[in-house]
Amino acid sequence: MAQHKTLTPKKSTPGGDLAMFAVFTLAVLSMPIWLDPIGAAYPDLLQKFAIFGIFATGFNILFGLTGYLSFGHAVFLGVGSYSAVWSFKLLGMNPIPAVFASVAIAGVFALAIGFLSLRRSGIYFSILTLAFAQMSYNLAYSVLTPITNGETGLRVLQKDPRIFDSEAGSTGPLIANIFGINITGYAAFYFCAIFLIIAMYISMRIFRSPFGMMLRAVKSNQNRMNYTGLNTRPYTLAAFIISGMYAGLAGGLLSITDPLAGAERMQWTASGEVVLMTILGGAGTLVGPMLGAGVLKYFENIFSAFNDQRLAEVFDFLPTALQEFMIFITGPLVGSGWHLTLGLLFMIIVIFLPGGLAEGGQKIFGLFRRKPASAAVETSHTQAAE
Amino acid sequence: MDDVILRVAGINKRFGGLQALDDVNLEVQRNSVHAIIGPNGAGKSTLLNCFVGRLAPDSGTVMFDGTSLLGIKPHQINQAGVARVFQTPEIFEDESLVENVMIPAFAKRDGAFSLSFWSRVDGQKEIRDQAMAMLEDVGLAQKSEQHAGSLSRGDKRRLELAMCLVQDPKLLLLDEPTAGMSRADTNTTIDLLKRIGNDRNVTKIVIEHDMHVVFSLADKISVLAQGTVIAEDVPDKIKGNPKVQEAYLGGAHL
Repeated sequence: MAQHKTLTPKKSTPGGDLAMFAVFTLAVLSMPIWLDPIGAAYPDLLQKFAIFGIFATGFNILFGLTGYLSFGHAVFLGVGSYSAVWSFKLLGMNPIPAVFASVAIAGVFALAIGFLSLRRSGIYFSILTLAFAQMSYNLAYSVLTPITNGETGLRVLQKDPRIFDSEAGSTGPLIANIFGINITGYAAFYFCAIFLIIAMYISMRIFRSPFGMMLRAVKSNQNRMNYTGLNTRPYTLAAFIISGMYAGLAGGLLSITDPLAGAERMQWTASGEVVLMTILGGAGTLVGPMLGAGVLKYFENIFSAFNDQRLAEVFDFLPTALQEFMIFITGPLVGSGWHLTLGLLFMIIVIFLPGGLAEGGQKIFGLFRRKPASAAVETSHTQAAE
Repeated sequence: MDDVILRVAGINKRFGGLQALDDVNLEVQRNSVHAIIGPNGAGKSTLLNCFVGRLAPDSGTVMFDGTSLLGIKPHQINQAGVARVFQTPEIFEDESLVENVMIPAFAKRDGAFSLSFWSRVDGQKEIRDQAMAMLEDVGLAQKSEQHAGSLSRGDKRRLELAMCLVQDPKLLLLDEPTAGMSRADTNTTIDLLKRIGNDRNVTKIVIEHDMHVVFSLADKISVLAQGTVIAEDVPDKIKGNPKVQEAYLGGAHL
């Protein structure tokens, strides 16, 4: 019972949410500026921040709110990717139909998989989703090769119909473009960032709504829900479909920024990654999962690129002996050993910050207002005494 | 209107070799408090579970206000107007008290499922007011923003009661509402249940071990022993019934 918070839960107001959302929007759009000092402000990585931010934010609607741990969400990422590439192949290189196709088709898949998997809960639900994902992964490599192009991966070819591109770009480069802007580099980042902002706004609405309240109730006590006149199945299914559509959107954006879809996106490691992101950032918190996605992608791209020479530069200010010692210590943690750092970070967070990075952020924030908080406790004590 | 709100006829339930319920017949009068008592293993909880869709009886009928309660799901039974308080309080431990009461209020207003993800909870003033008034009624208004998991057992029970009553049920099932409570808490709960009976048209079925509770609340008592109803009468007459004394105490006087 010790983990129950006796503190007053935070109350949200429409105005407060709007202010928070404005700050969030600014922060996302200015990422190329404030991420520059840590070497993360290049378009490829920024796109990944946005795309996996969407993926994790959507996953959180299922896992963070209802507590249903899906171990196969990468299947929707994969479905979204293939759908987007097919949209390019059939309709042309405009990314808007691709986005719609990836979200809609991932939604249909989520309906089917969710309908079957949600007959069970707990570990059995997780195993069912994992089984569906692995099945889809293997099918993509075997019988579905005509649709997925198997191991080679699905790409857009010059001879594809692309019906809306026929006059303009049929001989141009096969890059997604809208209003004549090619979706690469920073343009691609901003394209993804707009969807991240929309995705976060919808997520915020869900969190604050009666629907979101019911999803939290599913996590808290399904038995009570049933005896309270609420049917839990459509709630969990709706959450599953919504999070599947988020994953589909993320998958679609992966293909839009780089029109090549492969089955490896559906592998179980990809499903595990989004679980990791969500827990790392803070399951059930609004922005936590997105932070988790950012941290994970940062480690994957920056730490893995470190080598001994780069470390030597970092520790250049130390005496030679100490410098060599530091390189010896930190060497295994970077480069190909970045997983070790990630693993350690994950353990530290799970043990000391079960609420994830979001809880860490709140604690740091709380340090600055400890005084008024303790004053409030005192007044409530005196009120109680009266 | 029919004076009998719940009519149970010929209920049988067998678990393997055990006849848990053996041809149980029961009629519960509207706006009354009907207690079901009996020694351990008499089948009281089994009977209750047959009313709320948790167990399906092997045979028999359960008619609530003209509709059958058999073969429909727990949430449908609740939507029909039956609320239930559990032996161990079933509440939303991770949510605040006011949210705990708002959830059933939403269920009453919006039905078993509503995809209302665009409206804001904090914009639903009437639901919040309703929940706060209910918390006030059970004496938990000061704790409305606390997490429900931090409450004492007696408070959790009162919260659960508030969660049921905010839905204005026609029938309230109480499974040992004072189990594990101190004498003081028990008396508060009795007072609360009496008061609620007076200002709302709620029929109550109480399953209870504590005779003090039963005799201070019930208008009518059914005594269950080995799966059958052996006596049904007003409290004063039940006390003197030799069959009841036999079943309960092996012949000693109550």
